[in-house]
Parts: sequence; structure tokens; C-alpha cells
Amino acid sequence: MLKTLKPAWIAILVMVVLAAIPIYAALASQPFYVTLFSRIMIFALAAVALNLILGFGGMVSLGHAFYLGVGAYAAGILTAEGITSGWAHLAAALAAGLVFALAIGAVSLRTHGMIFIMITLAFAQMGYFLVVSLKNYGGDDGLPLPTRSDFGIFSLANNTVLYYLIFVCLAATLWFFSRLIESRFGYVLRGAKSNERRMLALGFPVFRYKLAAYVISALVCVVAGFLLANLTKFSSPSYMAWVVSGDIIVIIVLGGMGTLFGPVVGAIVFLLLEELLSSWKPGWFPGIEEVINKHWLALIGVFVIVVILTAKQGLYGQLVGGRLGKRMANGGAASSGGTRHA
Amino acid sequence: MTWSLFVVQLLNGIQYGFLLFLMAAGLTLVFGIMSFVNLAHGSLYMMGAYFAAWAFNNGLFGIKESFLIAAFVGVTGSFVLGVVLERTLLTGLYARDHLDQVLATFGLILVFNEVARYIWGVSPYYMQVPKALEGTVDILGIAYPSYRFMIILVGAGVALGMYWLIQKTRIGMLIRAGASNAPMVGALGVNIKLLNTLLFGVGAALAGVAGLMAGPILSVQPGMGEPILIVVLVVIVTGGIGSIRGAFYAALIVGVIDTVGRVFLPIMLREIMERSLAQAAGPAIASLLIYLVMAVVLAIKPEGLFPVKNG
Repeated sequence: MLKTLKPAWIAILVMVVLAAIPIYAALASQPFYVTLFSRIMIFALAAVALNLILGFGGMVSLGHAFYLGVGAYAAGILTAEGITSGWAHLAAALAAGLVFALAIGAVSLRTHGMIFIMITLAFAQMGYFLVVSLKNYGGDDGLPLPTRSDFGIFSLANNTVLYYLIFVCLAATLWFFSRLIESRFGYVLRGAKSNERRMLALGFPVFRYKLAAYVISALVCVVAGFLLANLTKFSSPSYMAWVVSGDIIVIIVLGGMGTLFGPVVGAIVFLLLEELLSSWKPGWFPGIEEVINKHWLALIGVFVIVVILTAKQGLYGQLVGGRLGKRMANGGAASSGGTRHA
Repeated sequence: MTWSLFVVQLLNGIQYGFLLFLMAAGLTLVFGIMSFVNLAHGSLYMMGAYFAAWAFNNGLFGIKESFLIAAFVGVTGSFVLGVVLERTLLTGLYARDHLDQVLATFGLILVFNEVARYIWGVSPYYMQVPKALEGTVDILGIAYPSYRFMIILVGAGVALGMYWLIQKTRIGMLIRAGASNAPMVGALGVNIKLLNTLLFGVGAALAGVAGLMAGPILSVQPGMGEPILIVVLVVIVTGGIGSIRGAFYAALIVGVIDTVGRVFLPIMLREIMERSLAQAAGPAIASLLIYLVMAVVLAIKPEGLFPVKNG
């Protein structure tokens, strides 16, 4: 039945449900859901951003958590220095992100395949050690934000307002990327994924296109990091930990890489699973539950391995079905026209 | 004073470099032949350290606190673990792309860390330096801990052994042939699968040796594999993926730069800038040094210092 649905409808359905979460939370007086789904959408945003270069550009960056950290620390450091304006935070975050992404991208994109994975990982580690050594800004312990960023016209102090800000960011990014992927730019990017040499032979300056995509992807991640710091009122070095970069890729693959909406589905499933495993207490097997709650990361690990070994197309890729998914799995990456990327 | 400090730090750097080489050798060999990247290599190191520390503290055949038994258990344990892992799970991943390999072994890391936490607990697990090696040795008139000196000797021994194995023996010839064209070696009638398994096991055993050696000077705890794994990845990439020679030189370079830089960079910065600023910036820049080195190397030579030909 589901396969007969058009992919776009599944995406719209999920977005409508996401939009309705705060209403449900208010009715059921479970404010916890607002925070949980804020977090989910932030990771969805980061995953959608990374998927632009990973799924459509074939660039496996294992260092995108770095940009989450850049966004988070831009908000954290400016707040610590007494500047609370959200616009200033966002401007500083984007400016810093732009500089870092251009520099890191310019070096990393000279390499390919495995080396690219490792070099992006190494740059992210660099960022991690840098913020750990910022003793004036919390160092190891991280940096608490006494207040959320102040946007003047609307106050983020209210969790629901922040929720809808994140929602709007996610929806806008999805819309923008859907346009971008179908544009000439997107076609060049996808062409470079399936056969870079041919694109070069056709005369496209592939490096520039890839760098531009890398920077766009990094900047969206910076915004996600900025939102994350506002949600948790905390800038922590752990946002930059390499495990987070790994998690974001897992989210993409879980949802279906090379589909625009897959990462959103992946983020919902992955983070809900984390939440469920770490606090699951139905009272069936008391002893086992305790072990699961304590060692849920192991189950996540097993889950990741099983997903990688079995579901090549990811959940959403599976759902939107056959033809598109098969071509993704074959590495064809839908470089020819006419394929929908909803 | 500064001279002796420098020599000690240099030796520490070399010792760290040899630990890195023990890890890097297995990883880069596996990558060179099977084009497989194994992030769980750090977990094999961790498990090796746990096996060794467990055998050291609990004893085997009633002999407690014997370093030789610890070495035997640690190395055999990680070898067996590596072989089992390779046979059951990882062979299925060889044909996949690097992304799948990275993610599946990423999942393995999570599993291994929790397994270690479940069996041995969260708090660090200690292993004493063996009694015979508690003293110091005299090097250039400077007293240096015997145990750390032994790590250098073992590392150098393994490096020489690897050189002999790869350059002078039939197995080494097959390994080299496999690195340049594995399907062709298989077509010529060599059991390449068995060779892969063996190689993976040897890599795991070397990671176990590194874990065993690191046990008494670092604390053995869950997640101890990741920090060193990332440095090892830096080593491999800097040296040129798949190249043992590259891994050897890069491991020593990275080990020395990291260790010496951490001690001397803050001192040097204090000479040229304000004290408070130097105190803040020194450790930060020192911990970035190896990544900077890697970035510079890759910016100039994207294939690393010693790229493998015909790879």
C-alpha cells in the first residue's frame, strides 16, 4: 500500500506530524516531547546537510560534527562575552563556518575515497582538541549558556517557539535542497559522484562545484549546531566528538542516502531508538532491562551493523521503493535525468 | 636540565611512535590488500589490553602477576578475536564500499566498548609494571624507565620482523603480490581468503601487543581504543595508505612531534609571548600539531609520504 504513495506525500505527512508535536505535547501535558523532537529535528537538519555532499556528491565526510560545534561555540562564546543578540550569534557562526569550511574543504577535497574520510575526521578532531583547550570558555566541561539567543522580535525562552524555529529551518533547508538538487548545480554534483573523470573531461570545474557543495553543507550544519546550543543551553566539546559525526552518517544511511527526505526519517528512528533503549522499562524482565538501559549503546551498535549488512537503501529508500532504490544501491546515483528526489 | 628533559621526551616520543606503529602496521596491511578499513582496530587494542591485564591480575595456572603469561593471553586473545571477527562478519564487507565498512566497524566499536564495560566495569583497570622492569636504564647518562625502554625494543623488534617477513619470505611475497593485485594472486591458485584471515589475525595480534605494552603505562578502560585509533589513522594517512614503510616513518614522526611538542611548545611560546597567553595557547597548539602536520603533508602530497605504487 505504502509503495503506491508518492514519495512527496510521505515527506509531507511526516512534516505535518512534526508540526503537530507541540500541540500533542500540550494536550497530553508531556512537555518532554517538545525537547525530544527539537533534538531530533536538529539532528535531521545536520543529516540532511551532510547528505547533500554524501548522498548526492559522494563525499563521505566523517567530520561534520565539527560544524555543529562551530555553531554551538559561536553562540556560547558570544553569550559568555555579553553579546546576546541572536542575529550576531548567527552571523558569527556562519562567518566562522564559512572560513573553516573553505579552508578545510580546500585541503580535504584534494583527496578522494578513504583518505577523504580520514582527513575530515582528523580536522574534526583538531576542532575538538581546540575547544577542549579553551580553558577560558569551559574547556573540557563545556560552556553553559545562561540565556538563549535573543532575536528581539520573538523570544526563544519558550521551548515551543524554539521548536517552530527549528521546524522552519528544517523545512526551509529541505525546500532549498530540493531546488538545488534539481538545478544545474545539483546535476553537476551528482555527475561528479557517478563519474568525476567524465565530468572533468566534459570541462566542468568539478573541484569548485564540490567545494561549494561542501561549504553549503557545512553552513547548514553550523545552523544546526547553533540551534543545538540554544536547545540545551550548553556548548559542549562532546558535540564535536567523532562519535557524533559517525551518528550523523548512520542516520543518513539508516534513512536512505541519496534521498532528500531519508535523513529526516533516519533521525526520527535513530534518536527515538536511543531514547527508548536508554529508558525502556516495561517491567517484563527486570534484570535484562537494567542491562539494556545501562548498555544500550551496544544494541545501537548491533542495530547499525544489521542495517548496514541488510538494508542498503535505508528505510525511506525502501519505502519510496524499487527503481530509485535499486539505482542507488548500484552506485548509479541517478546521474541521468528524470529521477525524482523527494 | 633542558638537555636531559629533551632526551627523555625524545625517547618517550619514540616509544609512543613504536606503539603507534604496532597499531598502524596491521591496519595498513589490511587496507593495502583488502582495501578494507577497520575502525574497530582500536577495539582489538583495547581487548588485548584487557585480556593481558586480566591475566596479569588474576593469573593463569595459579601463576599471578607474570608478564609473560599476560603477554601470551593478550596476544593470543586478540589474534583469536581478530580471526573470528574476520571470518564471521568482516569478510562480508570486503566487497562493500568504504562507507559501509566505516559504519559497520563503527557499530562494532560501540559493541566492544559496552562489552568491556559490562565485563570489567567502568572504572579503569590497572596493570602493574613487571617487577623485573621497575628500575631504570642508563642512556647517554640519563636514567630512563626500563619498561618504556623495553617498549622501544619490542617495537623495533616487531618492525624488523615485519621487514623480514614481508621482504624475505614466501608469505611476504604473497602479501606484496596481494597488495598489487589480489584477484590475480587468487587466480594463480593461492588461497587468498586464508591469507586475508591470517593477515587480519596478525594485525589484530599486533594491536594486542600494543594494548599489552600500553597497559602498565596507561589505564585500561572502555573506550581507550578510540583516541589512539584516530592518531593511528593520522599516521596511516600521513605515511601513505597501505605502505608499511610509510606507517613506520610516519608513526615515529607523529609520536615524536606529539610528545616533544606537548612539552616544549608551551616553553617556547613563553619566550615569545605573554605568559598568560602562552599558557592558554601552548597546550592547544601542541595537541593540534600532528593534525597540522598531516594537513600540510596531504596538501602537498595527497597520497601521503610514501605512496604505494600499483595499489
